[in-house]
Amino acid sequence: MSVRAPVSGLDTLHPHAPVQVEGGEARIGGSAWKLAAYVFLENRLAVAGLVVVVVMFLFCFAGPLVWRVDLVHTDIANLTQPPGSGHPLGTDIVGKDVLGQLMVGGQTSLEIGITAAILATTFGVLWGAIAGFAGGWLDGLMMRIVDSLLAIPTLFLLLVLAAMFVTSVPMLIVIVALVAWLVPARLIRGETLSLRTREYVDAVRVMGGSGARIVLRHIIPNTIGTIMVNATFQVADAILLVAALSYLGLGVPPPATNWGDMLSDGVAYTYAGYWWLIYPAGIAIVVTVVAFNLIGDAMRDAFEVRLQKR
Amino acid sequence: MSQQQLADIKERAAGTGPLLEVRDLVKHFPVRGGLLQRAVAWVKAVDGVTFDIKRGETLGLVGESGSGKSTVARTILRLIPPTSGEVLLEGKSVFKASPSQMKKLRRDMQIIFQDPYGSLNPRMSVGEIIGEGLLVHGVGSPREREATVDRLLEVVGLRGQHRGRFPHEFSGGQRQRIGIARALALTPKIVIADEPVSALDVSIQSQILNLLSDLQRDFNLTYLFVAHNMAVVEQVSDRIAVMYLGKIVEVGPAEDVCKDPKHPYAKALISAVPVADPDVRRERVVLKGDIPSPINPPSGCHFRTRCPIATDRCAVEEPLLRPVGKDRVAACHYA
Repeated sequence: MSVRAPVSGLDTLHPHAPVQVEGGEARIGGSAWKLAAYVFLENRLAVAGLVVVVVMFLFCFAGPLVWRVDLVHTDIANLTQPPGSGHPLGTDIVGKDVLGQLMVGGQTSLEIGITAAILATTFGVLWGAIAGFAGGWLDGLMMRIVDSLLAIPTLFLLLVLAAMFVTSVPMLIVIVALVAWLVPARLIRGETLSLRTREYVDAVRVMGGSGARIVLRHIIPNTIGTIMVNATFQVADAILLVAALSYLGLGVPPPATNWGDMLSDGVAYTYAGYWWLIYPAGIAIVVTVVAFNLIGDAMRDAFEVRLQKR
Repeated sequence: MSQQQLADIKERAAGTGPLLEVRDLVKHFPVRGGLLQRAVAWVKAVDGVTFDIKRGETLGLVGESGSGKSTVARTILRLIPPTSGEVLLEGKSVFKASPSQMKKLRRDMQIIFQDPYGSLNPRMSVGEIIGEGLLVHGVGSPREREATVDRLLEVVGLRGQHRGRFPHEFSGGQRQRIGIARALALTPKIVIADEPVSALDVSIQSQILNLLSDLQRDFNLTYLFVAHNMAVVEQVSDRIAVMYLGKIVEVGPAEDVCKDPKHPYAKALISAVPVADPDVRRERVVLKGDIPSPINPPSGCHFRTRCPIATDRCAVEEPLLRPVGKDRVAACHYA
């Protein structure tokens, strides 16, 4: 995969002078990573997405250091206070500060989302690359397993799994990853089928390189665009999935919370007019998911991955 | 043991025998069809090919697209499994080698590819690409490998400081030089060059051809040079083997074959090479039609459907390679 950026951009990024050699002039340029970063940074929406994600991380992980409130004990004197002095986003039905909960709940949502995405992508990529490279019956077997699991409706599977086990953060990560690895497995297997016939793979065979070397050094690095794009979308999907599960009552047990739990707790009081119980968490979910999707889209362009349905 | 076998063994012991022997090499690809994906037909890409390559020589293997010449190259290297036949490198069987024996044999036989773009991993630096073979075989320390890579870059006309750069920063000709450096890294005895200049501009072609012949002299290399361009093959080869539809139809010293081809197909190929002299008038043999399908090749002589001198005998009796002069063989009843 080659990434080409406008020449003017190249000049500023790579200022080294061209070198004269017998075989002609060596063209200037950098690693494919630098070129991809250049294309990415040209996309304003993507940069906006990146800023939102960084701000959201700071808000959730550094925020509680500044905004110190008691999120463990109930405060009967201050139930469901509207936003105002002392509680910028009001208090919930047991009197806890909504702003503080939004930060701590965000930690859980982001942790689950990112860890599940990394886990699912790593496993899915290895599975797909091995199946595609091996070919034959092993490929058939491995991909039929993926197909069978894909045939099970996700929400149904999640409900059953969540009902069978006591939900905790590690449990939620595993459950989400268990569903999510199937998509990268199929994507990478497809790319591997084409990459394994490349001449540079033949060159490794001729020099006596092992199958593991071909998969790890030659095939997977050339799918890095697909991997990065897919992983980004996986984070967004995982955050949504956990929110959906929590909304259905299968979130993390209190006093821990996540954005989905907050929505779930607050939705019963919508008719009472307690909008501050659902808007902050709802907006946080939407903003974060949109930001990750914008980043994913821009990375797809940056890596010139062919447009494929995810 | 026959006298011939005894002589072969003596030759090998003395290191004077052929470096590479290809014996009756056959490669048929299945054409799958139907519900069960069974083989319904066979593409006879290589249909019984035999030749030797001597130490230090360049054997040019020519033929048009679909003649099976690239399949011969890839089968010799076991990039694709053979259907039958045998390949011996210094008398050692390539096809019967165990995985560990094969890994050792692979150091002695390397390949240069046609496409300078598809043959270099875009995610690896030039140093990693060239040094990979050394790494695979555990040659030297990381520092020694780096020094070897630098030296190889200089040898192929690039610079040591290009080690950290990536393939997309180089032109087609430069990339082909990198591919050549990669092939040389393991100090092979034979290099199979599969159309090494076909994808390059004409001005770059001669640079690469000169580089290849310089390297042959400096590193005592033996080449199997696969190409469809007779002019290129004539320039680099000591001997030429002409392939048509999975079979070799003529073999001989390059000069003799080019001056006086015996097989009608070789004649047609040679007559198609342009001559830079407006006064030279040559008999121009123009072939009619396309190469027949290798799934269902013509009976008898494979070339008879396009041959200007074919007779009834050619449809019935397959011509075998027979001597037609000093060190020359051709497969034609009328050669």
